[in-house]
Amino acid sequence: MRTAQYLSGRYVIAGIGSTAFGRLGLDTVSLNAMACCEALADASIDREDVDALLLKAPTSAREMLYGQKVAEALGMQPRWGGAWDQGGAANITLISFAIMAIETGQCDVALISYADNPRSGSGEVYNRPRGGDAPHGWYSPGAWYAMIQQRHIIEYGTPQEAFGAVAMAARRHGAANPKAQLRRSLTMEDYLSAPYQIEPMRRDDCCLVSDGGAAVVVMSAERARELRVPAPVPILGLGGANTSAELQNRVSLTTTAAVRSAGHAFAMAGARPTDVDVAQIYDCFSVAVLMTLEDYGFCAKGRVNDFVRDGQIEIGGRMPVNTSGGLLSETGMPGMQLIHEGVRQMRGSAVSQVAGAKLCAISNQGGAMHTHATLLLGH
Amino acid sequence: MLPQPEITPLNKSWWDALSGGQLLYQCCSACGARWLPARTLCPTCLKQELEWKAAEGHAKLLSWVVYHVAYNEAFKDRLPYNVALVELTEGPRLISSVLAPLNELRGDAPLVLKIETEDGIALPRFQLERSPQ
Repeated sequence: MRTAQYLSGRYVIAGIGSTAFGRLGLDTVSLNAMACCEALADASIDREDVDALLLKAPTSAREMLYGQKVAEALGMQPRWGGAWDQGGAANITLISFAIMAIETGQCDVALISYADNPRSGSGEVYNRPRGGDAPHGWYSPGAWYAMIQQRHIIEYGTPQEAFGAVAMAARRHGAANPKAQLRRSLTMEDYLSAPYQIEPMRRDDCCLVSDGGAAVVVMSAERARELRVPAPVPILGLGGANTSAELQNRVSLTTTAAVRSAGHAFAMAGARPTDVDVAQIYDCFSVAVLMTLEDYGFCAKGRVNDFVRDGQIEIGGRMPVNTSGGLLSETGMPGMQLIHEGVRQMRGSAVSQVAGAKLCAISNQGGAMHTHATLLLGH
Repeated sequence: MLPQPEITPLNKSWWDALSGGQLLYQCCSACGARWLPARTLCPTCLKQELEWKAAEGHAKLLSWVVYHVAYNEAFKDRLPYNVALVELTEGPRLISSVLAPLNELRGDAPLVLKIETEDGIALPRFQLERSPQ
């Protein structure tokens, strides 16, 4: 199979834009359109320059022909448009699709956006049962992750402080971020004394529920020069892979498609995990961060506590993770905010900037770790 | 009242058998693969030659969670309660619960099936298998 290495650095994220995060009381079409306007302004381009509008379908309320509604709100008739359903992995997947389309002459500039409003709208999707297992009390996506967390503890003796270290890093970085929804730092004592939600998962292991929209503009590096885009950030690696099987049918509960996804991305970039300076790791629940760090090869499987303890994933540590607060502290939005923070880190404009950072790894994942996508940004 | 399972043409035989005191799993007549929940194609060889078989009722506890928050009225009075991921000796896995004090649950603990009928639903639950003294 031909690798995508020749594509490394040929495409850029030209612009990023978002709404505020929190309880906004707006519909998701409006939030998407607002985020897209911000992203266009950040890239210093007009909507007339865009010929693809790709949406991640909102999680909390499904709508038919959703991408077309957002296009209408933006007054656009894009050549390519629609919404993709792959849970939290969709944002990075859509960046891959945009590059495939541009590379094959199908379009020139793509806007990729996501918005949802479960905080002011309906959060029901986060409390629902899983099909026929409702009579056992099997409710809420948090339970899927708690089941995986318990198995990780069984297999590797992972201490609860490892999960706490993820929450502490996110909350420290979120507290420094003026745009974050939750700006309250967390000590290990706070973490350990908070009540269980779904044991072994505690309150601070769980992401926020948020309204908000966020968008990115993708184009070739060459087009960015032609359009005089002020701060393009090169895309060095992309990967994707899906586990797909329901939790109960997965061969392993503690290893995911993140392994294959990261393998593709690092091969495309010609880089290794040890080259990464800063990472934005999808943190819907803290166990997802620990397992992704292992699956990406930052540390050996089962040894993640040695990697995250003593502030090593906090700003100033060996490899800071989720430097704007992630889903646990900045906004519960599924994944686009992580791409934004990766772009800011590579521009050198992040609030909690990692000095001299040249390579940022970003993970997006969805379902109960069903889906995964990886993005490497850098110079 | 417990939330009722959604009975479909695909899973009706499974729920009916539980009412009759048996926990079934599906098996492929062509390649021998076994699984739950019910489907139409064998996930291993993609043939449609499927048969139901009765599990002997032995299993192990792969993982479990303990709910401290009720997401449905029916479970408010049961807190804290466990939901378990169980692997039958025959191989198929299912979501269930373990009828044991929470502090006795251990990873990979051997289990035995106990079908209990509640609010008109026959549910496959498990007990810890006590090793002979």
